Amino acid sequence: MGKKLLLEHDHVPGINTYSVYREKGGYASVEKALKTMTPESLVEEVKKSGLRGRGGAGFPTGLKWSFLAKPPGVERYLVCNADESEPGTFKDRYLMERIPHLLVEGMITSSFALGAKSSYIYIRGEYYYVAKILEKAIEEAYANGWLGKNILGTDFSHDCYVQIGAGAYICGEETALLESLEGKRGNPRIKPPFPAVAGLWGCPTVVNNVETIAAVVPIVNQGGDAYAQIGIGKSTGTKLISASGHINKPGVYELELGLPVEEFIYSDAYCGGIRGGRKLKAVVAGGSSVPILPAELILKTAKGEPRLMSYESLGDGGFITGTMLGSGGFIVMDDTTSIVKNLYTFSRFYHHESCGQCSPCREGTGWMEKILHKILDGHGTLADVDLLWDIQSKIEGKTICPLGEAAAWPVAAAIRHFRSEFEDYVKNPGNIQDVKHYYRLNNLQPA
Amino acid sequence: MAANKKIEFGEETLALCHKLMKRYPEGKQKSALIPILHLAQAEFDGWLSPEVMEYVASILKIQAIEAFEVASFYSMFNLKPVGKCQLEICRTSSCWLMGAEDVVRHLEKRLGIKEGETTPDGMFTIKTVECLGSCGTAPMMQVGADYYENLTLEKVDQLLDTMKSSGKRKSYTDVAETRPL
Repeated sequence: MGKKLLLEHDHVPGINTYSVYREKGGYASVEKALKTMTPESLVEEVKKSGLRGRGGAGFPTGLKWSFLAKPPGVERYLVCNADESEPGTFKDRYLMERIPHLLVEGMITSSFALGAKSSYIYIRGEYYYVAKILEKAIEEAYANGWLGKNILGTDFSHDCYVQIGAGAYICGEETALLESLEGKRGNPRIKPPFPAVAGLWGCPTVVNNVETIAAVVPIVNQGGDAYAQIGIGKSTGTKLISASGHINKPGVYELELGLPVEEFIYSDAYCGGIRGGRKLKAVVAGGSSVPILPAELILKTAKGEPRLMSYESLGDGGFITGTMLGSGGFIVMDDTTSIVKNLYTFSRFYHHESCGQCSPCREGTGWMEKILHKILDGHGTLADVDLLWDIQSKIEGKTICPLGEAAAWPVAAAIRHFRSEFEDYVKNPGNIQDVKHYYRLNNLQPA
Repeated sequence: MAANKKIEFGEETLALCHKLMKRYPEGKQKSALIPILHLAQAEFDGWLSPEVMEYVASILKIQAIEAFEVASFYSMFNLKPVGKCQLEICRTSSCWLMGAEDVVRHLEKRLGIKEGETTPDGMFTIKTVECLGSCGTAPMMQVGADYYENLTLEKVDQLLDTMKSSGKRKSYTDVAETRPL
């Protein structure tokens, strides 16, 4: 196993409690930051670390922090995005449930860097029980002097709160999240202004993913340069990957960026291979929004080089032959899987989750779902496949927020790499009967 | 709920509402709307009637329409009565790959209702939902605050039996003290 920075102690009994967490070196980053660093030097360390946003976009965290406006006399806020809703992603839930204090520690240290007196952890409503775990951790942090007035006898005071959502994927988009936190519908805002200038209640705000904020802890403890030594190229550090689907060992894995995809799928230290020794058919590597890749392109790039778990390697070849690391939601499909049906579950998802503000997304996602349903029902035509392509191309880039792209990309990629499957559904509707169709298509015997 | 039952939080819940409202700067109390709607749904029979939304709005000193706007946007808020146990089965990609459709079909057969319907005794509602962040432990369903993971049809049967014999409503806000890791 590679280096672990976040989940080093995830199996230590009682690590969810303050005393055990503290015994294992917890809250050292707060001590170090408050006693030996200035907010500016802390931002510098994060810049040096090369840390990139772990929610999906991969934007450099230090740079995002340096954009925060600091008008005198105006409050600034740190908001943690714990809305984790991207299909295939469950790493933040794992981290918060197992090691809640790591997030709380990261919130305090990061807030010091940003000069935020209050911070909010916005967590999806379905994780109500995780919110209670976090609230307990926050209570313990107050009781032990890590939160509240004049922390460690310094001028720095800080309050941290958990805010609960109520079921809306769109609230993972940072401006929709802020709307929701203000007690409104989760409709994304038009940018600019960006949250760094006008965010929560119109005040300068930084919104970071759970894993990003947790990663600040080892960065402060070890120094930005040491963190940047881990990983590969511009993909520094470790990444939590949520592995699911047809694998022997689904779960959350922390890996050093740069691990070969093949090793990740087949090694017993990680996914442990495909269930039942079947053949790999396709992988969605970074959550439902990123392009699906067939087995040959996820294991090797179009140039024939081994594909690595890094921002650059997964992106190699653009969307023609590559994909994205995204949120690290790694969904593995074996050779019995219907790509058309899988895409239908994605398109239904995006239709359900579109906030309805922008016409291309509101109408387009519903249209795509209906056409896929028609094809799966055996009433599709070849023109429908072209129509799907046409619709997705007219959503991309034409909406206020990236949900439009997130809905369009999976459709484009499925057709790009698996067009023959769509055509087979259309040409041989008599054969469609859930997966049986796919046994026939792939010359397989039903298990 | 009896038609003329007074809609008012118990003392403890009301105190919690006021505590929640203190988490935000002066004048930004509307931010407590979603957390308080959750409390209201749990306290008033698992759904938000127009009267309940009006009551929540009055606590926050906002218009009732503002509460309705929010309640109607989020999938966890029920605007119609539902069963005491709302069985929410995730159906997105990973859960579908691992057999979520079998779970839904089994529930429909066992309870004699279709997805979206409630059993005549008001005990169970079947609802399919989108990704709940439990992809590595698929298939799964959420009932109240509880996640039931790595489901098999036998496990589903046992859960139904347990819930039915307890006869209690399961709310999102009822979080067990400890959850085995």
